[in-house]
Amino acid sequence: MSEVTNILVVGIGGQGVMTAAEILAEAAISLGLDVKKTEVAGMSQRGGVVSSHVRFGKRVLSPAIAPGEADILVAFEAAEGMRWCSYLKPGGIAMVNTLRLAPPVVSLGLFDYPQDPVAEMRDAGVNVHGFDAGAIAKELGDLRLVNTVMLGAIADHLPFPADTLKRCIVDRFRARKPQLVEKNERAFEAGRAVRG
Amino acid sequence: MNASLPAAGTRLFLSGNDAVARAVWDAGCRVAAAYPGTPSTEILEQLSRYPDIYAEWSVNEKVSLEVAFGATLAGSRGFCAMKHVGMNVASDALMTITLTGCVGGLVIAVADDVGFSSSQNEQDSRYWGRFAHLPVLEPADAQEAYDMAREAFAISERFQTPVILRLTTRICHVKGLVTPREREIHVGAGFEKNTARWVMVPAHAKQRLPLQLEREAALRDFAGESPFNVVLEGSDKRIGFVASGPAAMHVREAFPDAPLFKLGLSCPAPIEPIRAFAATVEKLVVVEETEPLLETGIKAAGIATHGKDVLPRMGELAPPVLREAVAPLLGEKAPPAVRVPLRVFPRPPTMCVACPHLGVYFTLSQVRNLSISGDIGCYTLGAGQPWNALDTCISMGASIPMAIGMDKGRGESDGNKRIVAVIGDSTFMHMGMQGLLDAVYNRANITVLLLDNRTVGMTGGQDNPGSGRDIHGEGAPRIDFAKLCEALGVNPERIRVVDPYELPTLFRAVRDEVKAEEPSVIITNQPCVLIPEYKRSAALCVDEEKCTGCGNCVDVGCPAISVIRRGKEVKPSGREVDLAWTRIESVACTGCNLCLRTCGAEAIVPWQRSAAEVQA
Repeated sequence: MSEVTNILVVGIGGQGVMTAAEILAEAAISLGLDVKKTEVAGMSQRGGVVSSHVRFGKRVLSPAIAPGEADILVAFEAAEGMRWCSYLKPGGIAMVNTLRLAPPVVSLGLFDYPQDPVAEMRDAGVNVHGFDAGAIAKELGDLRLVNTVMLGAIADHLPFPADTLKRCIVDRFRARKPQLVEKNERAFEAGRAVRG
Repeated sequence: MNASLPAAGTRLFLSGNDAVARAVWDAGCRVAAAYPGTPSTEILEQLSRYPDIYAEWSVNEKVSLEVAFGATLAGSRGFCAMKHVGMNVASDALMTITLTGCVGGLVIAVADDVGFSSSQNEQDSRYWGRFAHLPVLEPADAQEAYDMAREAFAISERFQTPVILRLTTRICHVKGLVTPREREIHVGAGFEKNTARWVMVPAHAKQRLPLQLEREAALRDFAGESPFNVVLEGSDKRIGFVASGPAAMHVREAFPDAPLFKLGLSCPAPIEPIRAFAATVEKLVVVEETEPLLETGIKAAGIATHGKDVLPRMGELAPPVLREAVAPLLGEKAPPAVRVPLRVFPRPPTMCVACPHLGVYFTLSQVRNLSISGDIGCYTLGAGQPWNALDTCISMGASIPMAIGMDKGRGESDGNKRIVAVIGDSTFMHMGMQGLLDAVYNRANITVLLLDNRTVGMTGGQDNPGSGRDIHGEGAPRIDFAKLCEALGVNPERIRVVDPYELPTLFRAVRDEVKAEEPSVIITNQPCVLIPEYKRSAALCVDEEKCTGCGNCVDVGCPAISVIRRGKEVKPSGREVDLAWTRIESVACTGCNLCLRTCGAEAIVPWQRSAAEVQA
């Protein structure tokens, strides 16, 4: 099973979780690997939890990552990192955007948002790196760069060269929004710099 | 061929739904129909983008099956797709179509929402194969979804039978690598009149029954030789597995060295080959999602097997679930969990920022003495916080008939409670109209809130007869709901069309109509915020100096509003009140003004984008 790499990308509907997972899958496909990607997306555009599972290797059978099997957890929101960190295998790594998005049930006072999700993960023995991807993106002039920053942050933890992933991002933007290629390259490198 | 379509032989990264769509097109299918439903929706969405095939959003699943079936009478290939509960609706047609059989290939894709991602129940659609004596194909990944969807048409024509392509969430929404083959072209010979075959009166139908049984026997032999049913060898013969669909992938991953009889054409089950397989292993375990169908058939044939005695009866299977369940059979202990999950607040789906339903549920939560019968769509979320303004949800269109029953069957505590049914535009057209007709005919004292947001919102915004667009986004006749309700017999004076953002007007409409002693209908007329018809307005923010912490805006339930500070105030009467000061996520706000209308302190004001934010 060790020949299969499991990456779990999580966040909230509309944050770009599925796009990030798609780019990771494209990178693996470009290397000739077998890839499966799955998510439950039915109600996610209505503010619910989104989790996208990317598995790649020589041959991938089952599509979903099971608890205790993820090599990398990419969380676009801090509490979502907490929700999913039990999916990490021993030695797995969590890259967590420290953005805090409280759902209406928190606003209504029915539940509390955890004080410091990253610290709670660390206390639970998770190898976690928390950073403010939004601040990095803003500094580069566009909040929408968060996605690329997050991908940059895990780029050096993948079983293939970071440049493979970077090339997929660049190709994607070159085809759709060429004016954003350079910004995304910088965002990717800024993400790599915080890799932990 | 369309230049934008990837050519045959290209390796594509497709979801199971996309793969089925491509296969249906490549099989030369002429007519495809569906009503949207998770997890099947994307099949028809994709098909509508292909040339040279008629695709439609049907008003419900029964209609979609009948449309597809009608095409096959002419020898053309027909296809329909639905979610599991859709087949319940279509089954009235199905149970007789199985008697007539088809001429052109007829393939019915049924997608089971195993694990409840977006459904009101969990069903195993493979039962329909047993019930209707039809072959069932169960792909295990996207490539198999492609291969089996194509082959399904050939099987259908060879045996003149509809074929069920049974999918699950983990087929529909899993992307994998798929290589499509060359497209075939099929031209039907045209419809030939044949009363004995196509007019199912008792005398004719009776003649078809023996043919149906013959067909089933022939299909059983065919399944025994199908390349979709294969034994994957394994050196560890302590346990041999029989599995179909995605379950077969989980088995292979969890027990790579165990022999596996992988079933793709799982109904009629190839019992004799399974018996032969069982003889080669020490123990047999049947792994299937979700009901023990194969298991029961295998046991009935006198073959000893394990199955649901060790495996879970519900929900999705996965390799760790299998390892844990099967360990005792191997005399082993289940591996312990690697990590303990951390406790975090739940994040249930919410209504969107500025959703027109927010106004409806805010209003319903303010009117006392109501019983609210609900239906299926985004608006089912009205049952949740902060509104708690929806009391039932059962099946498509059930809101109105249930309201009639709640009115007619009042119990002691119901007194003069007012009964309201809440139903969306798509659901109303799917199966709700008959309920309203029933309410008029039987003089039920109910009020129907028809939430017309001009789309099928829950499944991602598909078009319907109320949207004014067809499946291709082209202009189409648009139903007039007020006229429709009037035609169904509702007193025109009891039909109101209201803007759900105009809270006082909506409140008065609800208050007045629930008092009327006859059926009444309130139609809300603002579009879903996710479709092009929705027009955003200037965003709002909270003026912190004016905010009194009354918390009224929180009760709207808009996800752009959050509480930044809480407190308590003791009123002159001595009563203690909770206070909540709020902020608006102005970047997300689209200026629907609902919250503004609840703010007595006039603390909700237009948002001035700061220079820095404009630059960002």
